[in-house]
Amino acid sequence: MNEIYLDNSATTRCYDEVADLMAEIMKNEYGNPSSLHHKGVEAERYITDAKKTLASILRVEDKEILFTSGGTESDSLALIGCAMANRRAGMHLVTTRVEHPAVLENMAFLEKQGFTVTYLPVGRDGRISLSDLEAAVTDETILVSIMHTNNEIGACMPIAEAGALIRKKNPNTLFHVDAVQGFGKAVIYPKKMNIDLLSVSGHKIHGPKGVGFLYVRGGVKINPLMLGGGQQKGMRSGTENVPGIAGLAKAAELIYKDIEAERETLFTLKKALIEGLSGIGDVTVNGIPEDGVEGSAPHIVSASFAGVRSEVLLHALEDREIYVSSGSACASNKAKHPSDTLSAIGIDKSLLDSTLRFSFSVFTTNEEIEKTLTALREIVPMLRRYTRH
Amino acid sequence: MFHSFLIKYAEIGVKGKNRYLFEDALVRQIGYAMKRCEGTFVVHKASGRIYVDAKSEFDFDEVVGELQTVFGVWGICPVTVLEDKGFEQLSKDVIAYIDENYPDKNFTFKVQARRARKNYPLDTMEINAELGGILLDAFPELSVDVHEPDVQLHVEIREKIYVYSKIIPGPGGMPVGTGGKGMLLLSGGIDSPVAGYMISKRGVTIDAVYFHAPPYTSERAKQKVVDLARLISRYTGPIRLHVINFTDIQLHIYEKCPHDELTIIMRRIMMQIAEKLAADSECLGLITGESIGQVASQTMAAIAVTNEVCTLPVYRPLIGMDKQEIVEISEKIGTYETSILPYEDCCTIFVAKHPVTKPSLAVIKRHEQNLNDKIGELIQTALDTDEVIEVRYKES
Repeated sequence: MNEIYLDNSATTRCYDEVADLMAEIMKNEYGNPSSLHHKGVEAERYITDAKKTLASILRVEDKEILFTSGGTESDSLALIGCAMANRRAGMHLVTTRVEHPAVLENMAFLEKQGFTVTYLPVGRDGRISLSDLEAAVTDETILVSIMHTNNEIGACMPIAEAGALIRKKNPNTLFHVDAVQGFGKAVIYPKKMNIDLLSVSGHKIHGPKGVGFLYVRGGVKINPLMLGGGQQKGMRSGTENVPGIAGLAKAAELIYKDIEAERETLFTLKKALIEGLSGIGDVTVNGIPEDGVEGSAPHIVSASFAGVRSEVLLHALEDREIYVSSGSACASNKAKHPSDTLSAIGIDKSLLDSTLRFSFSVFTTNEEIEKTLTALREIVPMLRRYTRH
Repeated sequence: MFHSFLIKYAEIGVKGKNRYLFEDALVRQIGYAMKRCEGTFVVHKASGRIYVDAKSEFDFDEVVGELQTVFGVWGICPVTVLEDKGFEQLSKDVIAYIDENYPDKNFTFKVQARRARKNYPLDTMEINAELGGILLDAFPELSVDVHEPDVQLHVEIREKIYVYSKIIPGPGGMPVGTGGKGMLLLSGGIDSPVAGYMISKRGVTIDAVYFHAPPYTSERAKQKVVDLARLISRYTGPIRLHVINFTDIQLHIYEKCPHDELTIIMRRIMMQIAEKLAADSECLGLITGESIGQVASQTMAAIAVTNEVCTLPVYRPLIGMDKQEIVEISEKIGTYETSILPYEDCCTIFVAKHPVTKPSLAVIKRHEQNLNDKIGELIQTALDTDEVIEVRYKES
């Protein structure tokens, strides 16, 4: 295969083991976990095992894992479920300006329901300031939602510090973390970090699409969004996606097997790409904190190419079977809507439409990064000859 | 329950000795439309009329909807077909027909009989009078008006007996295939698909050409144009779509010509390429979605400069229409939603902030000289790498 896939923050290729396992379950162990007979018991075991695997990765209890259809559902369930269950305790929510639409749109919905939402600004490095957070949390605040890793620029939020701070400021405030981009790329221990709710998606970690989970700390009260047959203790009705859940757990197990070494490899790739980009000239890498690359996500590089339209560069790379993203894939669906994150970190307006995102995975090689840089060195100067006037 | 549709046709009636050509084309086009419907149908001509007979179960709305896409159809009359079991039975059936189709009986009517089978025991006048009387007896609220009736009840005595009274409007126009062939310059916008629809309404078959400029325009922009061609092919019939790679030509113009003249020069070259393709595919003219004054390249001055390169006639069916009128047609024919998808096309990627609105032909021609060293070669390469996509509405 000659293609170079650097759009892993949009989605990833499934591990072969995961695809095989899922095919086996769909073909042979297709029972409904709610059935009383053997087929059902067999299917249920996959779910119990998946919970065990995921819980041990996060160092939480099995019963604190709630399976969903993915990141968007996890976020919706966390935010709306929590707001509806706790509205008597207060009507104030806190989040950041750079969240994924799955959080921002739910916040907008809750505003229409009468809640007040504070949107924290971020700095050039894409991080919130803890003093802003401290000031935002009040007695009325029922929930704070902060993403672990930004999907567009790879900035990592100070989650542990935020968790401690929220706990200190208002012990009743719940803390939700959207870890769709962070899970599988960083070690996350919700208990240690004072996280009450954590969203994860399967297809960002070489697992299947259409499945994810929400960690809900024991004792946290949220309302369900899906009503029906009462599966998962009534918190999420609907027959469990058994092959998806088993695949998700398998993927998590594989990606966390050697997480520290994997992070190191990804950081090496990231540094190589950033280094190479700086040689092209007039390229700005976004969201790198002052204390160094290690303070950001190991797998995302956001770079702005002055004088080049990102969509054109993207298609020019595509001609060479190099797949990247402009802004973020979700934002690309919207017509000419410049990214919220890029505006929020205050990059030059003229660069908003000139920014590409390169995102790696465990399958990315050093050679691929070199080939990508070679392609960019050829294409970027050529495209800069022709610009709109 | 309807079993057949009588098709009333529009201008074909006046075509004198060529009439059969038009009728045959209409029969053929209706046949294609029927293939898209669930069920079995026979389309046939009988004593100067076209009938679509259903030979199986069918969905009434689906069939009428498809018939309404066939140019040349002026009206569609749903017909109830009865076996001839004597006049007494016919009377009962006609009463039932009126009862079923007109819940409110407060209207005026007249019976219009027609006797293709001359050995029927009653003649036309007798049928009219008898059935009229029987209906008045059955439904006292009815009244007869022979001059301007609300309902004209047609009873045609053939092998079987055809009863109909309603006319559903069709699109009008002329059957596709009777008006020659044209080459449509199709972009991803709102106008050009509507232009294709409009010209096709006059019986014209179309081929189309789309200019793309990878990597400046995306695969999705191209797919959008294929989708638009597919949507209008519901009316126009299958379209042979030429996809021309325009990138190198565009970059060449960009390097050699003033940027405020880019669009005009680009359009002149597009016209030349379209004309070459037209010549190779027996097209008798070019078709564009231009409308005077809509954008800088569509002022009369700009159109004059663009037109100057063409030897074939250029048809511009939208020339006098407002944007809103064009949008309304595109909504009616179902292209609007696709047209407004936000992908960049090659006309906009290098567009100047202030393109010339009153270009001078002499100046443009002088600047075009700068292209001479390789424009011929570039055009030839573009033509050689022409990608042809056969687009049809629905595989049948």
